[in-house]
Amino acid sequence: MANLQSDFLGIKSPNPFWLASAPPTDKKINVLRAFEAGWGGVVWKTLGSQVKNVSSRYSAVDYGGHRVMGFNNIELISDRPLDINLQEIREVIREFPDRAMVVSLMADNYREAWHEMVKKVEDTGAHGIELNFGCPHGMVERGMGAVVGQDPEIAKMVVEWVMEVATIPVITKLTPNVHSVVPTGRAVVQAGSNGLSLINTIQSVTGVDLDTLVPNPNVGGQSVFGGYCGPAVKPIALKFLTTIAQDEVTNKVPVSGIGGVSTWRDAAEFMLLGASNVQICTAAMKYGFRIINDLCSGLSNWMDEKGYATVNDFVGLSVPKITRWEELDLNFHITAKINQDNCIHCGLCYIACEDTSHQAINKADGDPYNTYTVKDEECVGCNLCKLVCPVDNCITMEVARKGDEYLNWTEFQRRGLPLNDH
Amino acid sequence: MTIKANRLDPESYASNFSDVHPPFETKEGALVEANRCLFCYDAPCTKSCPTSIDVPQFIREITTANIKGSAKTIFDANILGAGCSRVCPVEKLCEGACVYNNLHEKPISIARLQRYSTEMAIREKWPLYQRKPDNGKRVAVVGAGPAGLACAHALSLAGTAVDIYEKEEKGGGLMTYGVAAYKVTPEFCQDEVDWVLSLGGITVHYGKALGKDVQLSELNEKYDAVFLGIGVGVARELGIPGEELEGVVDAISFIYELRTNSYEKIAVGDKVAVIGMGMTAIDAATQSIRLGAKEVTLIYRRTEHEKPCTQKELDIARLDGCQFIWLAAPKEVIGNDGKVTQLVCSRMKLGEPDASGRRAPVDTGETFTLAVDMIIKAAGQIPFVDVVSGAAIKHQSGKMIIDATTSTNIAGVFAGGDCVNGGKEVVNAVQAGKDGAASILTYLGITN
Repeated sequence: MANLQSDFLGIKSPNPFWLASAPPTDKKINVLRAFEAGWGGVVWKTLGSQVKNVSSRYSAVDYGGHRVMGFNNIELISDRPLDINLQEIREVIREFPDRAMVVSLMADNYREAWHEMVKKVEDTGAHGIELNFGCPHGMVERGMGAVVGQDPEIAKMVVEWVMEVATIPVITKLTPNVHSVVPTGRAVVQAGSNGLSLINTIQSVTGVDLDTLVPNPNVGGQSVFGGYCGPAVKPIALKFLTTIAQDEVTNKVPVSGIGGVSTWRDAAEFMLLGASNVQICTAAMKYGFRIINDLCSGLSNWMDEKGYATVNDFVGLSVPKITRWEELDLNFHITAKINQDNCIHCGLCYIACEDTSHQAINKADGDPYNTYTVKDEECVGCNLCKLVCPVDNCITMEVARKGDEYLNWTEFQRRGLPLNDH
Repeated sequence: MTIKANRLDPESYASNFSDVHPPFETKEGALVEANRCLFCYDAPCTKSCPTSIDVPQFIREITTANIKGSAKTIFDANILGAGCSRVCPVEKLCEGACVYNNLHEKPISIARLQRYSTEMAIREKWPLYQRKPDNGKRVAVVGAGPAGLACAHALSLAGTAVDIYEKEEKGGGLMTYGVAAYKVTPEFCQDEVDWVLSLGGITVHYGKALGKDVQLSELNEKYDAVFLGIGVGVARELGIPGEELEGVVDAISFIYELRTNSYEKIAVGDKVAVIGMGMTAIDAATQSIRLGAKEVTLIYRRTEHEKPCTQKELDIARLDGCQFIWLAAPKEVIGNDGKVTQLVCSRMKLGEPDASGRRAPVDTGETFTLAVDMIIKAAGQIPFVDVVSGAAIKHQSGKMIIDATTSTNIAGVFAGGDCVNGGKEVVNAVQAGKDGAASILTYLGITN
């Protein structure tokens, strides 16, 4: 049985699954329920100046009959009195000393405010601080949240203020509402941030109500841009995460991965691309804290199968496999093969290829089942047919190299080799 | 033993004759099922539908809450799509071809989804169709059954004025008079006929039977073309001694009575034998037991393997508690005081394959006797030979002969449905009606 123990900047937790700073971590009652369910740690919902929230607050994107493929919110930082939050944090730490307690902070934009907040948090016995430089709504208008994270200079300044007084690990949470997270990431690491976490939510409009014509979520007939998260944002989060893992400055600090992590598989993928642990919110908000069981057992079983003894053994292993396009091997070639024994004759591969790709699938009409076969000479190996096929392993991509040697675009051009003739 | 009506209390009748295949109760139910659909291309379900309904398309339209579009997709191919969703033997048509069967998974509930969209359209009276301007042509359609209605709708849509002549007092044909009551209610049949007629341009003259109240020669003279969709009617005789005894009825009449009267008025025996194993035989058997018969036995000449009904239908009868005697053929009906008391059957065995490709039953010479008080004959139907030959239409054993354009031997007279094919599904009749309309429009020089 693999060891799921996690150590993030010295912050220990029985597993690498933390609840992200969000509504599930806003109150003692929620956090106690999470810890009772088995979560490794929490990042307490952002503390800062007093705010007031609206109603409604959330909206979602459904897809193919599944609810909440994507989720957005227009909720602000914690709207509860600071003293109550601090007191509850203290109490939770006492009840669950083995779990990670990190507190998210977003102070007003001056040195003393940050100093005061950091001290108050440290006074609770919390194990770490996460700086919220990412919240894309509500706080931005007050010069906080994503405004800080979008400007490396401001971010650097705030981190320096924090580091002047902080004695526990400081993690800076990055906003994805930028063309690249690396500049801010570098700035805060250079300013002394002990770790990074990403991504925060993405500015979004999830949809428009076609009856009322009001975009979601509807607050008395009006809406605002909300922060997007949930399974839909995972690919974007993985990309940003990879850029942090590739950068020589930012990859020196541990990263907590966030953004659409819903299952142990997602978690493994985040960790393979450089995250030391992961933070989860939307999946818990949809299903409750009980999802922790599968997160732990699934990751543990996979680690056993792969021979990884600890959760550090595979962090970042996939990072070197993401390269620049120019480095890809042009002689690598695959073609689709349809396994007739597994084919259920739905025709989805055919119509996808015929209408939108390379007309590389042949249809032999039958009654009522057609037979589909690949025209090897037309197949460019794009994967589309395999992706749309509803049956696992019905369509496989078989390697049929164009040449033995590795040949990248740079070399291809240098040799003046011919481009496609069709 | 006795044949009597009013065997059950009203609640039992209501529950026994409620929907045998209930609809989706909620939008969510329909959505869960619709979202399972893979949206196949050149879909096997569509190819297996005699009217070629674009099944993946109408299901996709359900998933996007475009129910009007969904209903239109169905009705464009089959204007009786609502009725077909209830009476089609989908297990051997669309659902039987669903690719999920190839994964050994439950096929998409196409019929229920089709019912969901079409019933909403009919209930909400969505005006999905608009007639073209009058094209000056007039066509007579004989028979307001599925073939006639489908033909009339397509003709009227193209701007043709249509008069339908129907021998009964209501439209719908077999749907209204010939299928089990738990599949379609009289109200539903009426709604569906009204839905078809709501297009306008179609006048139905009820109580007008061909060869009796109206003659083909008159129609052919008075109209630019005629479509015959008169169906089949008479149940095949068993041709055995004692068939005339009181208590021997034919399934068509039995179901006709059931569909035109309230349940408590329908008399049924204590011990009923049903001869045959087609869909009508199953209907007669299940309806008998649901009317309160104590024992119902289906008798069939061949084995279960050769049964003409679908497995799903057989299972309904089985769950209703019907008995089955395979490899048995009725030999003689024995009575007392003019009333049935016994049915003597021959034991059969399977011999060489016959014209249908199924192994033919052969008499073993052995017999056995069943004590019964009612016998329902459901061994097939025969066409209206007298009507057909009386109208001088070429036929084969009463089945009208048509050419590739659905034309009979008489110029301007077209035909389709059971009166041509000898008795198939409602959905086949609908397609025949569509084909007839297309041929008539071509014949009349009307291009769409």
